[in-house]
Amino acid sequence: MAKVAAEVNRKDEQENVATLYLDGREIQVPASSSVLEACKSAGIHIPTLCHMDGLTPYGGCRICVVEIEGQPTLAAACVTPVREGMKIQTSSKKVREARKANLELLLSNHPLDCQLCDRNQFCELQDLAYELGVRKIRFEGEQQHHEVDISSPSVKRDLDRCILCGRCIRTCSEIQSVFAIDFANRGFESYISPSLGLPLGESVCINCGQCIHACPTGALSEVEHVEKVWDALNDPEKTVVLQTAPAIRVSIGEPFGMPQGTISTGKMVAALRRLGFDYIFDTNFSADLTIIEEGTEFITRLTQGGVLPLITSCSPGWIKFMEHFYPELMENVSTCKSPQQMLGAVVKTYFAQKIGVEAKDIVMASIMPCTAKKYECQRDEMRASGYQDVDYTLTTREAARMLREKGINLAEMPEEDFDEPLGLSTGAAAVFGATGGVMEAALRTVYEKVTGETLPKLDFMDVRGMDGVKEAIVDVKGTPVRVAVAHGLGNARTLLDTVRAGEVTYHFIEIMACPGGCIGGGGQPIPTNLDIRMKRIEAIYNVDKSFPVRKSHENPAIQKLYEDFLGEPNGEKAHHLLHTHYSCREKM
Amino acid sequence: MFYRAHVLIEMTSNSIHLGASQVKERLEREIAQAGLSNEVKVLETGPLGRGVPSPFLMIYPDNIMYAPVTVSEVREIVSEHLLKGRPVERLIVSETAPALKEGYFRPSPLAKEKRVVLRNSGLIDPGSIEDYIAQDGYQALGKVLSMSRQEAINIVKDSGLVGRGGAGFPTGLKLEFTMKAPGEEKYVVCNADEGEQGTFKDRLILEGDPHSIVEAMAICGYAVGAGEGYIYIRAEYPESIRAVEKAIESATDTGLLGDGILGADFSFQVKIRQGAGAYICGEETSLLESIEGKRGEPRIKPPYPPQAGLWGKPTAINNVETLANIPPIILNGADWYKSIGTPTCPGTKVFTLTGNVNMLGLIEVPMGITLRELLYDVGGGIRGGRQMKVVQTGGPSGGTMTPDMLDVPMAFDTLAQFNSALGSGALTVVDDTHCIVDVVKNFCEFFLHESCGKCTPCRIGNKRIVEILDRMQRGRGRPGDLDLLRILGENMKTTSFCGLGQAAPNPLMKCLDYFQEEFEKHVTEHLCDCQVCEMKPKRKEVGV
Repeated sequence: MAKVAAEVNRKDEQENVATLYLDGREIQVPASSSVLEACKSAGIHIPTLCHMDGLTPYGGCRICVVEIEGQPTLAAACVTPVREGMKIQTSSKKVREARKANLELLLSNHPLDCQLCDRNQFCELQDLAYELGVRKIRFEGEQQHHEVDISSPSVKRDLDRCILCGRCIRTCSEIQSVFAIDFANRGFESYISPSLGLPLGESVCINCGQCIHACPTGALSEVEHVEKVWDALNDPEKTVVLQTAPAIRVSIGEPFGMPQGTISTGKMVAALRRLGFDYIFDTNFSADLTIIEEGTEFITRLTQGGVLPLITSCSPGWIKFMEHFYPELMENVSTCKSPQQMLGAVVKTYFAQKIGVEAKDIVMASIMPCTAKKYECQRDEMRASGYQDVDYTLTTREAARMLREKGINLAEMPEEDFDEPLGLSTGAAAVFGATGGVMEAALRTVYEKVTGETLPKLDFMDVRGMDGVKEAIVDVKGTPVRVAVAHGLGNARTLLDTVRAGEVTYHFIEIMACPGGCIGGGGQPIPTNLDIRMKRIEAIYNVDKSFPVRKSHENPAIQKLYEDFLGEPNGEKAHHLLHTHYSCREKM
Repeated sequence: MFYRAHVLIEMTSNSIHLGASQVKERLEREIAQAGLSNEVKVLETGPLGRGVPSPFLMIYPDNIMYAPVTVSEVREIVSEHLLKGRPVERLIVSETAPALKEGYFRPSPLAKEKRVVLRNSGLIDPGSIEDYIAQDGYQALGKVLSMSRQEAINIVKDSGLVGRGGAGFPTGLKLEFTMKAPGEEKYVVCNADEGEQGTFKDRLILEGDPHSIVEAMAICGYAVGAGEGYIYIRAEYPESIRAVEKAIESATDTGLLGDGILGADFSFQVKIRQGAGAYICGEETSLLESIEGKRGEPRIKPPYPPQAGLWGKPTAINNVETLANIPPIILNGADWYKSIGTPTCPGTKVFTLTGNVNMLGLIEVPMGITLRELLYDVGGGIRGGRQMKVVQTGGPSGGTMTPDMLDVPMAFDTLAQFNSALGSGALTVVDDTHCIVDVVKNFCEFFLHESCGKCTPCRIGNKRIVEILDRMQRGRGRPGDLDLLRILGENMKTTSFCGLGQAAPNPLMKCLDYFQEEFEKHVTEHLCDCQVCEMKPKRKEVGV
């Protein structure tokens, strides 16, 4: 029997394989492959622009064309399925000339001022021009011009640099299910626009910045806070405090040539200190604080019959998404501010008192893997001290730019520690940077608080990893606590629709707007792709393992903060400083 | 009520522009004033075709046609012809249409004319389902309902009918693929997004005989197993939309659409969707996107619509003219159809003659007619006795015919051999007073305007081509410009995403070869022999 089954299997496999001739070489690929995938598996590099792994193939740029025997026109490899016996030429004269011609056409409608572009040296269009050996643009002519859109607090759009590959649109719709942007107009006058031609800042854009990772050129970038931070550093009247998010330490090495997934916490602190910040604190500290507040909120809701499931609130992109598309779940979302905002509030009150500086003289800056944090820090609700909790938010990329300008090579820095007392954190805080991390950190604390017993095993493997929606049931002393985790808002939508339809019930849900969580945030170094996300996640869990203390409630600095200043978790002071509220927004 | 005379007035978008509504209103008033309301009935009809000036009045049973008729002539026609029985010789058709001089329509059709698609147009009231039924309308539907699906499809397959929208794909095969595609839910779509420059045959078919399309869609619906059909009409065709709306309504009221049609186990309904003015939506997959409410952009093929079309379901999508052929094919059989046209391309073709030719308008002729016959026998020759320079068939994306092709039989297969195409059937005649650079630029500007912008070669390539042609016209052509045009054209042809972009450089490439000298003269000598191009660089206006 087993032998028969094996034979059937083999036969199935045979039927699902296609034989092709790539540049005369016979290869076998799965019959469902595209020509592009077939070439990749055979080690043949096909240049692409509009293609991006994880998105629906588009076939618009016509860079990946190949010649298929018997076909009068060239075929775009990305959208052409393989056929048994297909004979493909990937670098014939016709193919090379066509690729070059299309690239020259794109360049003829693109400003050729690479030196002035923040994507200089990280630009796929630039790389491609080099790769294909373009020396001259034969088809010069009129170029399209648009005003730079700086209406959004997070994402800057310079459409003159846009090559209309549509990757941002597909990311926004397919990955994030936000549908904030699409093609407008037609032909040579086509451009990408939010609905109704509104500026991005007035659209449903949730500021996640995933479109920036999708953009092959400098058309999309973050709204920069670099100059403002330099000004603060150069202002003798100001005490400039910095915080760095959990995900920065595993990615900031990349722009300095360190391998992806390198943990560079100490070097990062040393480098940033040399920029002139007065205090460098760790957002991981306030991640621990968040766990205490949010954990307490959860326990209260669980034991006293509050609204469940409780949904996390650390991801400002997710919060805006909820306000637009799921306002009916507003009561479910935790009232806790995000760790960035909690730390800002604590610095401008508790720490200001401690060092005897008025809140108005403190500039709170942050380095975040996130573009939505730029928007979050400007929200009206985020002014616990009477001043913005956080003044300026730099992305990982901006931080690297500042270091470059100052001539600091992070890779060559010594190891230094965060400043006391808001620099002390636990392993639980570290995992905030990855999808499932907030849930895992919360469960470590909630379990022990509810049961009064020590958690037998700290690692909650079910909530880790890159699956879009993850579920787990945790036995809390006889009570099965059902939890779910989603990352990427398309996955969140899937999960929330089942919750809203009453198909499933959970007690606790974690949502992060970006695929992979904060390590894959819209402010992270370019490139950020699936492979790099996984390496950063691995590093995050290694940071966790390296800590002697891996539960937030065991952080001594946190305990002291409650004793000295905050009082009780979820108490009046905590509520004033560390909690917030949300508002309903239009769906368009 | 019995009427002793019927007056048919042409009510089409054309004739309405030329005052048909006012003529009709005046006609009814004059008839009432003459006390003839109980004796003479005024009816609306569709276009007659073959260059009859609009609007025309056809008077039965006398078989006399007046064209073109103006409001001021109505009183005379009523008082002389209808009241006293004396036809107004002076107003019987126009001098430019000598073949029609005698005013008799049926006994003496044009020598080359063969009406299959336009069988009812100009003869019946398109708004009357009874008129259509009286001309054997809906009989073909009744006939297929007693056949198996395969039998019905076999008739269409055997007839050799190919799509009349331009691509010339065998219609029977398309229906068969859709019928055999797995899936419960299937659709029939009629492409009435006629957008090629100079093409207006679909509009006139829809306005002249809308029931033939509704019937054909129901036949296709039965054949492929679809319960719903969509007809996608461009919004610029309000009269077509009105005609089809009315036809759907009366067919539904009569039980020829809806549930259990003619007592058979077959239910079918037809819905109208209006286009919003984008040429690309005439491309079938863009059209489907548009029906679904999305931006009109072509889809990746495969899958083709018969496998995955509207809402991802198997869909048979056909052009208006193609559909109009189906009821007569079902009724008269495949052999009858094959007896018309050429052996390899049977049937008729509706052409729209425009440009520098004496008689303009619609004409239906058998496939295989030569361009010479069309221009000189049907079209009455080039205006002013000039020479033909080029004839663009099927609009800018069709084929370009040069004088050396005057005797090539016009059919899908024969024109393809000459690297040309029949396209949708528009014939834009250009005489030798026109500059070829100017003519080509006009075509290219059309594509620049209509490119959807999805793919690089079409989006930017069209722009660069027009820019180069433009500078050639202004005496700023550069050495190497003709090579650049060839490179751009070839690149668009081989790498564009859809048929629009691939076809866009056709007129350019063909004319670059045939009129190379004229192009070169523009570039090297800055000379335009036709004196069309200004050859003056644009200068800044100097204030006075």
